[in-house]
Amino acid sequence: MKTKARNLEEPAIASLEVLGLKLEEIPRWNCCGAVYSLAEDDLIHQVAPVRNLIRVKEQGKNELATLCAFCFNTLKRANLLMKENVEKRNTLNSFMDEEIDYSGEVKVVHLLEVLRDEIGWGTLAQKVKLPLRELKVAPYYGCTLLRPREVAIDSVENPTILREFLKALGASPVDFPESTRCCGSYQIISDPGAISAYVWNILSSALSHGAEALVLSCPLCDYNLGQGQKELVKKRDEFKRMPLFYFTQLLALALGLDPQVCHFELNYGSPESLLREKDLLS
Amino acid sequence: MSVTVSPRRLRGEFVRKVKELSGENLQLCYQCGMCSGVCPAVSNMDLSPRQVIELARLGMQDEIAESKTVWICATCLACTVNCPRGFDLSRLMEAIRLLTLRKNVDHIRPEDISPQERCELPQIAMVSGLRKFTG
Repeated sequence: MKTKARNLEEPAIASLEVLGLKLEEIPRWNCCGAVYSLAEDDLIHQVAPVRNLIRVKEQGKNELATLCAFCFNTLKRANLLMKENVEKRNTLNSFMDEEIDYSGEVKVVHLLEVLRDEIGWGTLAQKVKLPLRELKVAPYYGCTLLRPREVAIDSVENPTILREFLKALGASPVDFPESTRCCGSYQIISDPGAISAYVWNILSSALSHGAEALVLSCPLCDYNLGQGQKELVKKRDEFKRMPLFYFTQLLALALGLDPQVCHFELNYGSPESLLREKDLLS
Repeated sequence: MSVTVSPRRLRGEFVRKVKELSGENLQLCYQCGMCSGVCPAVSNMDLSPRQVIELARLGMQDEIAESKTVWICATCLACTVNCPRGFDLSRLMEAIRLLTLRKNVDHIRPEDISPQERCELPQIAMVSGLRKFTG
């Protein structure tokens, strides 16, 4: 968030201040481990996400908001484990004897849920100073916001939260069937050549449904969908590049904030030219 | 080709270990193929997700070990949320991977990630990839 995903974090902090919410960074936070461990006997990899939750509890707070969809998934699943599995909770609390005991008291939410449930689409729409008119954006959820069911921020089969978000900003959401299809995730490490097929399936579908850009929440999806396009442009004549936005960038833009806070220079596909074409950037 | 299915395999160490590590009841699966149908990576796989479950519960560990399927899985959970029996196939895939990784046999070598890739990749790609593919 502080380096490669500054364009996800900084517009979020600035936007939430305008909306009357102050984000407080957890002190002494650590990497959550990125993925939730799926083995029954593996508790050591739960320590990292649980420590972050303990930090929140220590501050006397009861809610943890995340921006990155990957981290959201890991933290929320670890939280559910601590809430629901007594034996594993006791083992982890005993192991982390230098920490206070924790049993799932903190609520883990994604920022999209905060916008929907705590601010509301109506209030958000009223605060919009630069409606994103004529911007046809396809909402892309990927995997981690919606699966497994117990962590999903919306319907697993037919999510609409990003559609409602885009409409509140005045943009034109473009629904497409591959909006919850995997981008390939960590396969970028072991089989980068396979990623372009994943990316083709997603982006060709968005393009054929009339999208001019994609909005997303995850730095890994952003990387795969961006890098994958570089390969597709070489391999397929019919492929048209598609700019990618983080949802927090569109939020900041629509709220009339200085576009510099969005750090568009870090985005794939130079979205500034699309925004200028739509008179959304001078 | 002939395949021998025996009580020795069905009650063997491999089946016991995958059940223990995954925490899943392999008998839930009735081979409907929904998992294979929704898997975004199935076209790259030699064994389909459905076949992996069937071979796992028959104790066919050699056939599974020769397959690249579990290493192509990206843990997207499309299979898990669509299974009509509530079987969590992502946990079975993880269990099978771990049986190899815990013998100190890594699927990738961190040193094979080029310096340029290390600069460009988001941190979560490195952390998740190394967690899934190394012991």
